Amino acid sequence: MSSAMLDLILQATLDTLYMVAISGVISTLLGVPLGVMLYVTRPRQILAMPVLNQVLSIVTNIGRSIPFIILMVAIIPFTRMLVGTSIGINAASVPLTIAAIPFVARLVEGALNELSPGLVEAAQSMGATPWQIVRKVLLPEARGGIITGLTITVVTLVSYSAMAGAVGGGGLGDLGIRYGYNRFNPTIMVITVVILVVMVQGFQSLGDYLVRKSDRK
Amino acid sequence: MIYLENISKTYGAGANTVHALQNVNLHIPQGRIHGVIGLSGAGKSTLIRCVNLLERPSTGKVSVDGQDMTALSPQALNKARHRIGMIFQHFNLLTTRTVFDNIALPLELMGETRSTIRQRVEPLLELVGLVDKANQYPAQLSGGQKQRVAIARALASKPNVLLCDEATSALDPQTTGSILELLRDINKKLGLTILLITHEMDVVKSICHRVSLISDGELVEDAEVGDFFTAPRTQLGREFLNDFLQLEPPKELIERLSPDAGTNTHPVVRLTFSGDAVSTPLISKLARECEVDVSILQAKVESIQDRTLGLMIAELLGTPQQTRDAMAYLESHQLQIEVLGHVQRNA
Repeated sequence: MSSAMLDLILQATLDTLYMVAISGVISTLLGVPLGVMLYVTRPRQILAMPVLNQVLSIVTNIGRSIPFIILMVAIIPFTRMLVGTSIGINAASVPLTIAAIPFVARLVEGALNELSPGLVEAAQSMGATPWQIVRKVLLPEARGGIITGLTITVVTLVSYSAMAGAVGGGGLGDLGIRYGYNRFNPTIMVITVVILVVMVQGFQSLGDYLVRKSDRK
Repeated sequence: MIYLENISKTYGAGANTVHALQNVNLHIPQGRIHGVIGLSGAGKSTLIRCVNLLERPSTGKVSVDGQDMTALSPQALNKARHRIGMIFQHFNLLTTRTVFDNIALPLELMGETRSTIRQRVEPLLELVGLVDKANQYPAQLSGGQKQRVAIARALASKPNVLLCDEATSALDPQTTGSILELLRDINKKLGLTILLITHEMDVVKSICHRVSLISDGELVEDAEVGDFFTAPRTQLGREFLNDFLQLEPPKELIERLSPDAGTNTHPVVRLTFSGDAVSTPLISKLARECEVDVSILQAKVESIQDRTLGLMIAELLGTPQQTRDAMAYLESHQLQIEVLGHVQRNA
């Protein structure tokens, strides 16, 4: 294989990691608070706001139900406004992030659901404010579940980022389609798939390790 | 210290309304241990949660340490809750914190400094006997140890009041005993007022000064523990007592019991003695004065706080007139007497 080809593969790998990193970090920063809001604004919860809860829930469901490939195209104007272009890895990171936020939020909400309601009750009996309950009880106690959720998100982002090639996003998926499929180069196809598999394995192992470290049960 | 005035709590509306509590009045003076006993679903949990407003009563007034809890702003309520510790059936410890950090939690919430926290937590670890477990996680502890951590945590903010929500129901009898001893110790040492809810008479008997019986959201009985155990006023109270005492006639006798007196039958009676009656030689006097023989089938003596309670199941042997006289004699000596039935005299 030519060194030009190797350069292409290396560049595509870095592009994929870049897109996953950007969208992973931003969707965590926005998705975790959204997930917490979905949980604490429920009826009979510490910040019960049923109307807001319904609105957030519906918005989240809409975000979760739009197929990624359609989302990518549909928000092109928004992407252009945000990063100035609709092609390339920066542009692809925008729909990836948008798709991942509600995903993260629901997984975080699920992790909080797993906690015993007694923990919140105990904290309330100690005179904890809602913010203290979130910071000192909910987030630390759900840490294992949240990391599991974020691991699932990152793995999903790796596969979604492959679709980003469809809008000129770059990355391994794009390389596999253009060189492997369109130019009939099965070697490239196999290499990209192998790299993706290794990448997913790596993220999963890292996530499992972090969950084990934070789990005291 | 704790006043509940006309507390009612309802859930739902219309046909689905559930009255969890109805017109509950309760006063617990400083330094006392008050038990509320009842079957599951009677409203015990709701009642105890009304004290620190984890449940807000629909109507009525809650006052703790002179403060009208229902009138407080959210900030003031949180502050008032620092003075009310609470422990739970399932401990509710944070699994990701060590024993030390669990006990430190209420102090962190109050914004205490690291050094103040250390100064407060260490004596508490000593009090509950867990100094060597300070750096372990709850998952590494036994149930009794977890409840000790929870007790230390509840005491960290120096409360005047401790609420115990079925605190020993998830523990084995031996561990229950040691936790109750710890609670009694705390009550004496710190002068803490304790409200506990339970379905176990043993708990009431071991540590409570006074007890209320709750049924369908209403307090149906409220008495000093000695009085409640010797003379419950309600049917439910008697059922709790009988379950607790477990003094039933032998099975083979029950089979022979018939409700009606016939010719040549003898009454089988359950006698309950309390107070002076326990120390009087009533049975031998009975034999002498009424000329009946007493065949004791079962007997036990329970001591409840400063009271002694004697129970006996006995067969009275004599002519119908003699046994009637004997029962009249016993009643005149403040004994409770219950005729369980009649048996045919053994040939």
